[in-house]
Amino acid sequence: MSEPTRPAAVAAPKPHAAHEVHHEELGFWRKYVFSTDHKVIGIQYAVTGLLFLLFGFSLMMLMRWNLAYPGVAVPWLGAILGDSRMPGGTMLPEFYNELGAMHGTIMVFLGVVPLAVGGFGNFVLPLQIGAPDMAFPKINMLSYWCLFLGGITMLASFVIPAGGAAQSGWTSYVPLSDIAGGGQTWWLVGMIFLITSSLLGALNFITTTIQLRAKGLTFMRFPFFVWAQFVTAFLLLLAFPPLEAAGVMQLMDRVAGTSFFLPSGLVVSGQALTNAGGGNPLLWQHLFWFLAHPEVYVLILPAMGIVAEIIANNTRKPLWGYRSMVYSLVFLGFMSFIVWAHHMFMTGMGTAMAAFFQTTTMIISIPSVVILTSLIISLWGGSIRFNTPMLFALAFLPMFGIGGLTGLPLGLNITDIPLHDTYYVIAHFHYVVAPGTIFGLMAGIYYWYPKATGRRMNELLGKIHFAGSLVCMNIVFMPMFIVGLAGVSRRLADGGASYDFAQPVLHWNVWSSWGAWTLGLFQLPFIFNFFWSIWNGEKVTENPWEATTIEWSAPSPPPHGNFLGVPEAYRGPYEYSVPGAPKDFWPQYEV
Amino acid sequence: MDIPYTVEVRRDTGLTNGKIGIWLFLASEVMLFGALFASYILIRTGAPTWPRGDTMLNVPLATVNTIVLISSSVTMVMAWASLMRNRFGTFRIYMGLTILCGLGFLVIKYFEYSAHFHEGAIPSTNNFLAIYFTLTGLHGLHVLGGMAVNAYFWGPGAKLWKTNPTWFTNRVEHAGLFWHFVDLVWIFLFPTLYLL
Repeated sequence: MSEPTRPAAVAAPKPHAAHEVHHEELGFWRKYVFSTDHKVIGIQYAVTGLLFLLFGFSLMMLMRWNLAYPGVAVPWLGAILGDSRMPGGTMLPEFYNELGAMHGTIMVFLGVVPLAVGGFGNFVLPLQIGAPDMAFPKINMLSYWCLFLGGITMLASFVIPAGGAAQSGWTSYVPLSDIAGGGQTWWLVGMIFLITSSLLGALNFITTTIQLRAKGLTFMRFPFFVWAQFVTAFLLLLAFPPLEAAGVMQLMDRVAGTSFFLPSGLVVSGQALTNAGGGNPLLWQHLFWFLAHPEVYVLILPAMGIVAEIIANNTRKPLWGYRSMVYSLVFLGFMSFIVWAHHMFMTGMGTAMAAFFQTTTMIISIPSVVILTSLIISLWGGSIRFNTPMLFALAFLPMFGIGGLTGLPLGLNITDIPLHDTYYVIAHFHYVVAPGTIFGLMAGIYYWYPKATGRRMNELLGKIHFAGSLVCMNIVFMPMFIVGLAGVSRRLADGGASYDFAQPVLHWNVWSSWGAWTLGLFQLPFIFNFFWSIWNGEKVTENPWEATTIEWSAPSPPPHGNFLGVPEAYRGPYEYSVPGAPKDFWPQYEV
Repeated sequence: MDIPYTVEVRRDTGLTNGKIGIWLFLASEVMLFGALFASYILIRTGAPTWPRGDTMLNVPLATVNTIVLISSSVTMVMAWASLMRNRFGTFRIYMGLTILCGLGFLVIKYFEYSAHFHEGAIPSTNNFLAIYFTLTGLHGLHVLGGMAVNAYFWGPGAKLWKTNPTWFTNRVEHAGLFWHFVDLVWIFLFPTLYLL
């Protein structure tokens, strides 16, 4: 059989010559709001993510009041939030649960992921690979607006008449969430929007990376940040659909009265449920953690990518062990799909299953250690420039290190069981995500701000922001290790005040709370700096940090289409201090 | 500004953007339906009793539906092949038939659903019906989505044929890949739910 031959009319792809010369000026709405330009969408994502981070943090600052001073009334807060939440200024436990569930949901799905993946991925990745835009600009826009709708749904759930927002924790464990108030349904609908947004974004990132990279930019010449986003996109693409399936099933349980997650003979408040029964509550946990463990790496990998870029740039040295870092990254992405049940040792899964999952968990810690160690060794012998992005990147290393090392006891069945429901877990993963990931993201904002705006952020304000945040983060989270090791449960609205055994450590709750509020104050210089520098920052040219990667060859800010010429990569990403070169950096591109 | 490799293939990967995009999308769809099938297995193995599908569901109607969907996959290929042979008129006929097959599938599904509801067999009755309605409902939504895309290429989207036939042919091929996937899901659903 011969291959079907194409007639001449079909064979030759017609170049859109007519389109190229015809450049119409877009109106305000198409240019800044419903834009298909990856840079505008990236900034939209980043600003949305930052606003949600602030909002989610505010929920926590409110919770911290009740944890430090349980039952003490704040009359003016009662007047603002109303009698259904804080009657007379005293926080109801139901409202505390709303705040807790929504703090987790918002910080993870609406704060860090939109900023790390949507924001930095969209803005930086196409520039770093020398692409004119994302592979599917319209899908990119759709992805942002799905996130926006999901965010609006989550916010609206606070004010709906049917009993406020979701109260069953960010994990929405069943059967509790199946029988919870109306806010849970809104949570599920919101999550379906957010999952759709992530899926559309992920397939766009993968396609863009494979197809639109510049000539000469082979995979092993990718900046580490591109690799990090590439692996992250695969995690989002493959791990999110099972949570979508679980969300659909929970929605069916709540709306159509099915019993996917409701076992037979369930009694709630002395009343037997009339559902058919026969469901399996553990099924939800499996599907949830099948997403949520890879999600942990979705949170951390982009930050690692950013930190790697900044460390190479500011030590003026190539990254130490670039290849092993890349291989570790890919291996880590693969392994993250088979460790999920280490979040479920408390379910009594049996020693065989526990042995499997604690083994994979110990294995997955190896690539993380390889990456972190490579980054630390990269500092060796460098003449380090201590600018604001570098300070945040440097702080990321020990903070993420503390978070990672304190996770080891949680990965082993025998030590996880006494620690699992305590504040120790909160301390552990917040060290990974707050002074870890968020410091990485802050570093990225200071680092690529000049590319986005053409101006540098103020260094003094940046250093105040950095120093204050570093100290406060540790005041917030270090005491939680102590409280957790004393055995205080992480699910109490009063922070343990009702238990005798917790009395000796309760004063640490006050430390954490004051740390959190002070941390809030230290974000003010950042917020001011972020807006003030748009108009008043020091003006810069296209490569203010004297960096080597391709995004620095585009004008700052890059025009529509990004590059003035056609970018091409001639060498690896981190050719700093090459012996015999005229300058201490030798870009991937040639001007 | 035009995005490279929208129409022409990139030489080192041998693919267009759309081809990679649709396969990645299908990979995520595999994970979505895979999770639901896994849930089905877990709930069924944990249940003390489980009805055989043919005692609760209409196997003859579902068999007809299987034939209808497989036929629609054939006409979908023929629609794309017509474009490859530069026969736009034949494309319209085959694409129209594909859409009609999809419609036929949904109509038969509607009769099945309404018979169940009439007998009082609704999702909350038991977990067999719960997973049946969830899986077939989600599959039905995919059929509807595929039909919407196909109808777009049959109608307004066909304008692209005049200006850029290669691109149009590629887009029909990608729509076809999705359509075959939806068909394939049904090929798994039918024995799992109706026969086992």
